[in-house]
Amino acid sequence: MTRKDARKDLWIALFVLPGLTIVAVVILLPLFMSLFNSLFSWNQLIRKDFIGFANFKRVFFTEPYKTRFFNALGNNAKWFLFTMLIQNTLGLLFGYLLSRKVAGHEFFKRVIFIPVLFSIVAVGFLWGLYLRPNGLLNSFLKLLGRPDLMKAWLGDESIATLSIIVVNIWRWVGFPSLVFLAAIDNVPTDCLEAAYLDGAKESTVFRKIVLPLIVPSITVITVLTIIGSLNVFEQIYTMAGLDGSPNFSTDTIGTLFYRTAFGSVDSGSPEIGIGSAIGVVIYGLTFFASIFSISALGKKEIEL
Amino acid sequence: MTTDFRFRGAGFGRKLTITAIEAILVIYCLLIFYPLANMVFSSFKSSRDILRAPFALPTSLDFSNYVTVWVKRGFGRYFFNSVWITGVSMVFVLIFGSMAAYGVSRYKYRLSTLVYMLFLSGIMLPLKAAIIPLFILMKKMDLVDNPLSVILIFIAMGLPSTVFILSGFMKAVPIDLEYAARIDGCSDWAIYRKIVMPVVAPAITLVTIYNAVPIWNDFFFPLVFLQSSKWKTLPVGLTSFFGQYSTDWSLLFTGLSIAVIPVLILYLFMAKYFIRGMTAGAVK
Repeated sequence: MTRKDARKDLWIALFVLPGLTIVAVVILLPLFMSLFNSLFSWNQLIRKDFIGFANFKRVFFTEPYKTRFFNALGNNAKWFLFTMLIQNTLGLLFGYLLSRKVAGHEFFKRVIFIPVLFSIVAVGFLWGLYLRPNGLLNSFLKLLGRPDLMKAWLGDESIATLSIIVVNIWRWVGFPSLVFLAAIDNVPTDCLEAAYLDGAKESTVFRKIVLPLIVPSITVITVLTIIGSLNVFEQIYTMAGLDGSPNFSTDTIGTLFYRTAFGSVDSGSPEIGIGSAIGVVIYGLTFFASIFSISALGKKEIEL
Repeated sequence: MTTDFRFRGAGFGRKLTITAIEAILVIYCLLIFYPLANMVFSSFKSSRDILRAPFALPTSLDFSNYVTVWVKRGFGRYFFNSVWITGVSMVFVLIFGSMAAYGVSRYKYRLSTLVYMLFLSGIMLPLKAAIIPLFILMKKMDLVDNPLSVILIFIAMGLPSTVFILSGFMKAVPIDLEYAARIDGCSDWAIYRKIVMPVVAPAITLVTIYNAVPIWNDFFFPLVFLQSSKWKTLPVGLTSFFGQYSTDWSLLFTGLSIAVIPVLILYLFMAKYFIRGMTAGAVK
């Protein structure tokens, strides 16, 4: 190695190492420690014996973890499904409408994005107040003369999860809207104009030209929705509490994971082994679901 | 453009479509504005009035609720904590992040792809899932209930996207600029500091907003690591406040207004930057 090369290496190290050290210690090392910890039995914060996959077995096959885990996982699936169906469809609609430059589109664009800035905690508490039995929404329904529609929005097991999902959509729909808007704005206008001059209908233009060309942004939004749905925590914490009340109907992997890690599901003390196993499951699900949707949607991508 | 929806000169059917679109957008805007307006109105009303007449406007502009929440209930401190913790974290995210981006984008070496991938892996990994080893780590370093723990985590959270976004911009800086500077006797550090950083300044605004908003809003890590009220950030302070005064509607709406209004005012002046910054990772 020449002296010049050595100096270059030194410079590279100087530039890269501070950041890399922090990422390695705070992100990568804990990932491996989670994997490692999940294979041991624990007494509070003290690591005991190597027990292989016994922690995972308990999460998947033994009560009370089994019921809690699959109940929570089902709710995360609901989050993904409803967010894709309602929020991202609405986002696509808003993005498309705004791309057509209707009067006031700049104003609408800015307003739709406002709640995206707020913390989930503030939004969750605000709507938690509005959704109380004597809160604003029920008062509004009474005002409309439809007291029959009044509900315990967060207290009724059958609708609590959906209520929280809708609040989260209120907060976040501006994000996919503007991502889709940016993607649609990038569709070459001569393509669209040619189609219109040929007399193509609005719906045909959307399905045959716009949609295929914005697949990359659909992929991005889908992956972000997967990651977001698997990491739901604050929304439940602020609107339903750590236990996912009523009766665990709003419980998610995030809240279950927190209860396991910091005060257990059945005993009241942390369960590091079980908690690490759940953490590893969250990592795994996030990773594989993201990879799956990237490759599935990647096949639908086209180049102009 | 023929593809735009212009009202003037359109046929009847198209006019109807445009009116429907405008109606949808106006209704949605009301759905955003009204809950926020009602929150601010309620902060000026008494709890009894909020329950009895939820839609009525406040009768007077009495700021005593704000004084109570800000001074006596500690929101001033929470706010200040959020400001400096976000500030310190962002300074290091920008310094270390731009240095690392420079290190992976402006040099050719065998390990550069590996280094880049190590940084990028942080984008996809949900850091919350690693809270157990992080907690054990911070406990060992005696950083529990010390803001340094949260700052370290925030820096790590911000670095991957910063390296990702900035290295893209830095690759586009012409190599000739660098050669010219080298001939003038600039060191590598001077090239980074004096040549490349000024050129990518617009991207710095982008990554600042992209990271500062989630850091400012983060709840999970301060919740776990900062337990004493001396260090609580705004989201965590709001949480304990809601636990303590769950029936004092008037104070609760005041606390929420304090959490929401500053962000709203900042957005009023910088909407364009916020939109571009926050969607930076998802929009190419």
